[in-house]
Amino acid sequence: MSSESEEKLKTAQQEEYHNLVNRIKPKPPVLKNCLWAFVVGGLICVIGQLILNYLISMGINKVDAGSLTAIIMIFMGALFTGIGVYDDLGQKAGAGSIVPITGFANAIVASAMEFKREGYIFGVGARIFSIAGPTLVFGFVASVLIGLIKLAFR
Amino acid sequence: MVALKKMGLQTLVFAEPPYIASWASMVGPKEGEGPWAKDFDWIMEDYLFAEASWEKAESKMLRETVKLALSKMKLEPKDAELLLAGDLLNQIISSSFAAREVSIPFLGLYGACSTMAESLLIGSMLVDGGFFERVVTAASSHHYTAERQFRFPTEQGVQKVPSSQWTATAAGALVLQKAGVGPRVTYATVGKVIDMGQTDAANMGAAMAPAAADTIKTHFQDTGRVPDYYDLIVTGDLGAVGMALAGELFVKEGLVPSPNYSDCGVLLYDGLQGVDSGGSGCGCSGCMLAGPLLRKIKSGEINRLLFVATGALMSPTSSFQGESIPGIAHAVAIENI
Repeated sequence: MSSESEEKLKTAQQEEYHNLVNRIKPKPPVLKNCLWAFVVGGLICVIGQLILNYLISMGINKVDAGSLTAIIMIFMGALFTGIGVYDDLGQKAGAGSIVPITGFANAIVASAMEFKREGYIFGVGARIFSIAGPTLVFGFVASVLIGLIKLAFR
Repeated sequence: MVALKKMGLQTLVFAEPPYIASWASMVGPKEGEGPWAKDFDWIMEDYLFAEASWEKAESKMLRETVKLALSKMKLEPKDAELLLAGDLLNQIISSSFAAREVSIPFLGLYGACSTMAESLLIGSMLVDGGFFERVVTAASSHHYTAERQFRFPTEQGVQKVPSSQWTATAAGALVLQKAGVGPRVTYATVGKVIDMGQTDAANMGAAMAPAAADTIKTHFQDTGRVPDYYDLIVTGDLGAVGMALAGELFVKEGLVPSPNYSDCGVLLYDGLQGVDSGGSGCGCSGCMLAGPLLRKIKSGEINRLLFVATGALMSPTSSFQGESIPGIAHAVAIENI
């Protein structure tokens, strides 16, 4: 057999196997996952809104109250990661607990906790953004691009 | 020149089958809540095992399991001539650091989750070859050391998919001897690396099933045995998804061993333990062999076992670079003769 036809046979076998895998692989319960994500994600947002409303009712101006709410939510995300609850929540809620700002806190604190045993410099310092890093990098890139667009259309 | 102790393409025949003179297993708390709690020698109370890190805990597990297997024969580590061991961590630190403590001459192995079969077949070759009288073979894995190396930080809130597997916190050790009593290692089939182009790291069973099917098929071709010969054929850690796939591949290859076929990853936990497709890791097949399976062989409930540990030979680096996941499986026949 020539190497080209061998290659073709291999590709065909891999494709056949791939189809078999797709047939047998259990499907994630999408509807259930969506429901959980909606409820938990929504609940986190409701908590955030309650905190914001409370702060405004205390006479804090809207901008400061917004910042304070974010700080409090990040703290709670970090706290619940620290006491080992957030990963259990994430298993159930999926995107519902990843997307809100508390999920971002979870990604950073989980990395910090994980790598603490490798020391503060090469462990925590070097790897704290191992999960959240891409969000930051592309967040910065996007902000620069939007800044440039704004500059161009001024 | 003809290799005297080789049969067919890939199978080794032991002229004087080595004895499995002793064995020991240790598992983590979760595995201790599973269906085989009574069969494990030591169930850890927590994952740190009184150490400062999970890596240290895993190394201690391996070390203590080796010592335990020897102590059951009233022997000490110095009485063993060779330690063959491996684990999943970079540079197999759990094994090397355990070997440092027990100070047994050491050969480190890496076969991913197939390491228990790999160490057993190499150990059997060395004993049958007359190089050693007494060899200890061992393998370990730890859920949290594997999680942080291969996946995400452990406290990261990610959702697992149903095809994913749970790396077992477990270790198994076997003492192989030229003389003695006990089950014997009669044949071993060295597996080829098989890659069917699977890339999903959350579905390792699918990546490894073709290797398992290939090795098992080759074992029967080489030895002339039929699937019914064995009381049980057990793969290492294919999980429910991989086991179903292996079943399909057996049918395709003309093998129908389904009545006596099972998988350590499926057996280790019961369905309510939240492990999705099943267990994985070197320790998964290691503790099942050095626990329930050898107990059943000793009692005569199983007389002929084909133990086929399976491994996925990828690393996070190869996955990120878009490589597919190659699988491997080695088969070892353990029999009461």
